[in-house]
Amino acid sequence: MTEMLGLMINLKEDKTMDVKRINPSKAPEILFWVGCAGSFDQRAQKITKAFVEILNAVDLDYAILGKEEMCTGDPARRSGNEFLFQMMAYNNIQTLNMYNIKKIVTTCPHCFNTIKNEYPELGGEYEVIHHTTLLQELINEGKIKMSEGGAFKGKKITYHDSCYLGRANDIYEAPRKVLETLDADLVELKRCRANGLCCGAGGAQMFKEEEKGDKGVNIERTEEALATGATTIAANCPFCITMLGDGVKNSDKEDSVQVKDIAEIINESMEK
Amino acid sequence: MLTIIQQVVFVLLAGFSIWFFIKNMKRIRRNIFLGKKEELNDDKPTRWRNVLLLAMGQKKMFKKPLVAVMHFIIYAGFIIINIEILEIILDGITGQHRMFAPFLGGFYTFLINCFEILAALVLIVCVVFLIRRNILKIPRLVTGQLSMGWPKMDGNLILILEIILMGLFLKMNAADTVLQAMDAPHYTQAGPFVVSSLLTGFFESFSMNTLIFFERTFWWLHIIGIFFFMNYLYYSKHLHIILAFPNAFYSRLTSMGQMTNMTAIQNEIKYMMQPELAPTAEAAQTEPQRFGAKDATDLSWKSLLDAYACTECGRCTDACPANQTGKKLSPRKIMMDTRDRIQVIGENIDKNGEFVDDGKTLLNDYITVEELRACTTCNACVEECPVSIEPLSIINELRRYLVMEESNSPTEWNLMFGNIENNMAPWKFSPDDRDAWAND
Repeated sequence: MTEMLGLMINLKEDKTMDVKRINPSKAPEILFWVGCAGSFDQRAQKITKAFVEILNAVDLDYAILGKEEMCTGDPARRSGNEFLFQMMAYNNIQTLNMYNIKKIVTTCPHCFNTIKNEYPELGGEYEVIHHTTLLQELINEGKIKMSEGGAFKGKKITYHDSCYLGRANDIYEAPRKVLETLDADLVELKRCRANGLCCGAGGAQMFKEEEKGDKGVNIERTEEALATGATTIAANCPFCITMLGDGVKNSDKEDSVQVKDIAEIINESMEK
Repeated sequence: MLTIIQQVVFVLLAGFSIWFFIKNMKRIRRNIFLGKKEELNDDKPTRWRNVLLLAMGQKKMFKKPLVAVMHFIIYAGFIIINIEILEIILDGITGQHRMFAPFLGGFYTFLINCFEILAALVLIVCVVFLIRRNILKIPRLVTGQLSMGWPKMDGNLILILEIILMGLFLKMNAADTVLQAMDAPHYTQAGPFVVSSLLTGFFESFSMNTLIFFERTFWWLHIIGIFFFMNYLYYSKHLHIILAFPNAFYSRLTSMGQMTNMTAIQNEIKYMMQPELAPTAEAAQTEPQRFGAKDATDLSWKSLLDAYACTECGRCTDACPANQTGKKLSPRKIMMDTRDRIQVIGENIDKNGEFVDDGKTLLNDYITVEELRACTTCNACVEECPVSIEPLSIINELRRYLVMEESNSPTEWNLMFGNIENNMAPWKFSPDDRDAWAND
């Protein structure tokens, strides 16, 4: 019996991720802000794990806040609930300042935008980067190397610009540069970069039914992505990934087309 | 050239036109400042750069290069031909004819030829633009608010007016050229003019007096047309020819993703969490204020300037994901509604001395909740606008009012708010499980 229990614990430990958690006595070089989607959404958890695996592989001095992290308040603010936003911002800034955080990386462009652009005037000033930018830096520094004959070599990939990384923060190059290292066949969507079409989730739409119309925004965007003939739709936002994933299922293409975050793609392709 | 009576008529006409124009511009200025204060005056170098690039250089127009070139021709034509208007006005006041010609000599001929070429190009482009609106029916120019009524007519009227003005200018010069050839008195030798000389054939068979009558008629109609055009602006979407410049200067320089902060609420939360920081009761006495915007006057003055600067081109609506998938939201309509509403409020003030409640508000009577709810805050409309208009700011402010003052939000949003407040995440998961993904 004890043996069995031991085995079970072992099994569990084997599966448990090696994640660095915040150490009150020493601030990490960079805090990994996981975000609510990355923490709770089953699909987005895979992105979180992939990113953690990359961070572990390159041996970066990072940490997560764990249970102390809270929603940044983005969906509250964008739906009009400034009170709730200010409350969340206040609490998060208290936590981040308490741990003396200087630099933050996040896999969610909504968290990225809020912490980077909206927290400073509330007393939270940090260097904030999106994970695609960090990945590009790590590639440039030679810390991430793609393995020979990577999974995406020669495959057709298209990249969907999220509104909050693209238009809101003018980050168009880093994700593309990262994808270029895959030696894949990158094709642009018809509406890309500053002209990129929303996936339909922004402005707290993720949390409500769409208004009446002819078509879902995510369907419109997915159709455009499928029209490129790409077998992988790369994105940088957990909400875009949900929306586009639903779109692909709606077109009955989930067996031939995958929607993946850039962190997952890199995690599958890098030398470890 | 002009009799004393004609000169007096001219001066009175010019004086009245300018007075009426200024009066209306002052009204617009007053209406704009009915909006809430917002400081947008920092970093002047960047602001001037925006005026240069966005307003003068029309940088964003060049996303659609062909239309941009055509639009630039009208714009350049408009500005450059205005130099000729200066001469016409001085001629009108002093009663002379082509008073610059003797001073400038050959350069004068060169200048007039430039104006003529531009006038001809403007005329051609206006015809092409009319074709785009009425025959090709480019969707963004004929759908939604532009499918009928004043907005549809307005778009066509401006083009027709410009065609008439350019036509008069060229015909005036053509009659003038024939008169110059006849050595008619007062008609200074200033030609040859390249474009109008193609039209002289129509006039050659007339007597000198008839020609002078034609030339004078065209001259008067042309300048009356200019004065009319100037005063038509106030009633038209065409104000962007003036307001694009201040709008570029005062455009927000912060990241597009940054929403304006509500300091009042920020402080309220701060004092709630740290009561020791709260000001004493007397010091805290401030005017009760409305959160977000219900009516046009609750918006920032910049949003109202935006509304007047909008020329209803529809690039925003064309790029809006909600609109493109059949939802009711149209960013152009948001701007047009805002202008209509602030105009009504302004007229109300003009009539009553102060605003008398008319039982209407921008929210609900102009912009519906369904429109606001469809916005994904993707910023495509803001990105598209060639003159730095932000429809999203208005949408955000109206949404703030709905949620904070009326508690009007869809059930799912209320659940989301509850989850954020209680579980620190928009979904119903225990905060203790936030890092459970690491243990799976």
